[in-house]
Amino acid sequence: MRKTGKIALIVIIAIMLLSLGGPFVWPQDPEEINLDSVKAHPSWTHPLGTDNKGRDVVARILYGAKISVGVAVVAAVLSMGIGLVVGVISGYAGGKVDIAIMAAVDLILSFPSLLLAIGVSVVLPPGVYTVMIALAAVGWASFARLIRGTVLVLRESTYIDAARALGCSWKRILFVHLIPQCIPLALVVAGVRLGGYVLTEAALSFLGLGAQPPTATWGSMVSTGRMFISSAPWMVIPPGLMIAVTALCFNIVGDELREWQDIDKDG
Amino acid sequence: MKLYIARRLLLLLPLLMGITFITFLLTKALPGDPAYGLVGERSNPETIEKIRKEIGADKGIVRQYAGYVSLLARGELGRSYYTNRKVLDDILEKFPNTMRLALGAMLLSVPVGLALGLLSALRKDSATDRLISGITISFLSVPVFWSGLILMMIVSLWLRLVPPSGTGDIRYMMLPCLTLALPSLATVARVTRTSVLGVYRLPYVRTARAKGLTKARITAFHVMKSALIPVITIIGLDFASYLNGAVLTETIFGWDGIGRFTMEGIMKRDYPVIMGCIITGTTVFVLVNLIMDVAYHIVDPRVRVHAEDR
Repeated sequence: MRKTGKIALIVIIAIMLLSLGGPFVWPQDPEEINLDSVKAHPSWTHPLGTDNKGRDVVARILYGAKISVGVAVVAAVLSMGIGLVVGVISGYAGGKVDIAIMAAVDLILSFPSLLLAIGVSVVLPPGVYTVMIALAAVGWASFARLIRGTVLVLRESTYIDAARALGCSWKRILFVHLIPQCIPLALVVAGVRLGGYVLTEAALSFLGLGAQPPTATWGSMVSTGRMFISSAPWMVIPPGLMIAVTALCFNIVGDELREWQDIDKDG
Repeated sequence: MKLYIARRLLLLLPLLMGITFITFLLTKALPGDPAYGLVGERSNPETIEKIRKEIGADKGIVRQYAGYVSLLARGELGRSYYTNRKVLDDILEKFPNTMRLALGAMLLSVPVGLALGLLSALRKDSATDRLISGITISFLSVPVFWSGLILMMIVSLWLRLVPPSGTGDIRYMMLPCLTLALPSLATVARVTRTSVLGVYRLPYVRTARAKGLTKARITAFHVMKSALIPVITIIGLDFASYLNGAVLTETIFGWDGIGRFTMEGIMKRDYPVIMGCIITGTTVFVLVNLIMDVAYHIVDPRVRVHAEDR
């Protein structure tokens, strides 16, 4: 791994630790409204100022990290899980099942991703879980396609022949012999895509489809702040910068993973 | 060639069916009466009754879907809950604006992306290459709604060079186009780099080198032609980023396109508007990719020969 990759990984770990330990590092309440210090300039008590309701921006960023990064990671894992099972079934079953599943995959991939995620989000009540579901509903397809390709090769290998000859049921072959074999690849792809999940989560939050006020997420902080961009730019710049830095670090690590595993270039 | 286009057009049908099926399922999943979900609650009672009969809420799901498709086929995307205007009329009015932004962004991103990609491939592993890689990966990581706001803050509010928001001529277009172009020029640059480096490894390039041609000359006359082919596909696929980005940038810059229309729909939970925009956006995306695939066939003789074999 190159130096930039290492730095990026360290930054990611730091962000994750801060998001978990935030309340201990920075004891201010992210949701405490204080109308005496609305849109306060950055100062010693509020290093990044306060927002339009007098809430401390640092505290909100730390608190928002948990949701912004957490939702992206959970959604990536969820997509990976669904894609893994569906892809293995598609590749191993072949025939009509394969054709049907791949048609569904093509269909999902023919939508502009954010539009489909919006479509899924609006039919569910807004909130953190909705964003996870929307991201996973859109994201599983590319995993499934990739895993299927791998299974098409694995299916022909002798160890699967042997398992079949020993009389393993198809369930056993699927869950004991094929899926574990595909997990490393799936994890790598999840790593490559994480940056994209962070950005889509932020976009959905920005559009007001994510966690609802007063809960802070980076995307919704930018969204609120944009009304006050000329009077309180500190409401907009820091949370957006956090999204960018997090996505950047995930993308750098993703590039390293991609090069290491030599997987698809389109991702 | 004609055969290929005909086949692709035929394949378009099941795809469009699938897209409408998904939006149909989404509409079905909406809270409340599906008839309202389709035409809006302010429609007159006869229309509601007619729609109800047409989609036959009591009948099987296939019949309901057939009813939904026949509505769509007549250009009926329903009416907005709030303005009671036909969603289709609004979309037709706003869509050209969205396309203007997309084309403007493309005019920026394709040439700049190509140039950057070429440059970093020519200078592989140099400081220039690393700098360009750093720039492109950053552009891919910055959320467009934020880069748009920052550009607006610097260029419009501090420097007062262009108006911060509104729909209009080139002065209004500059910032949203630039915002949309950043991630997409990064994509183009990255794909160009990979593609050019891939072609460098081919034997015919080695032959050209052996003949004593300079690297720059080989790149310009021999490599570019084949290296550009994957770039064409990526430009088509990347069109999705303009449609995705439209929702965010148009909202920020107050641009009267279907992106902002979608956002307004989301804010008011105006379902016919949201679904109409999703169907339109996706259909356009699919069509753009069809055109790009056909273009791919025209420029790449290898694919063409292969297709005629069949």
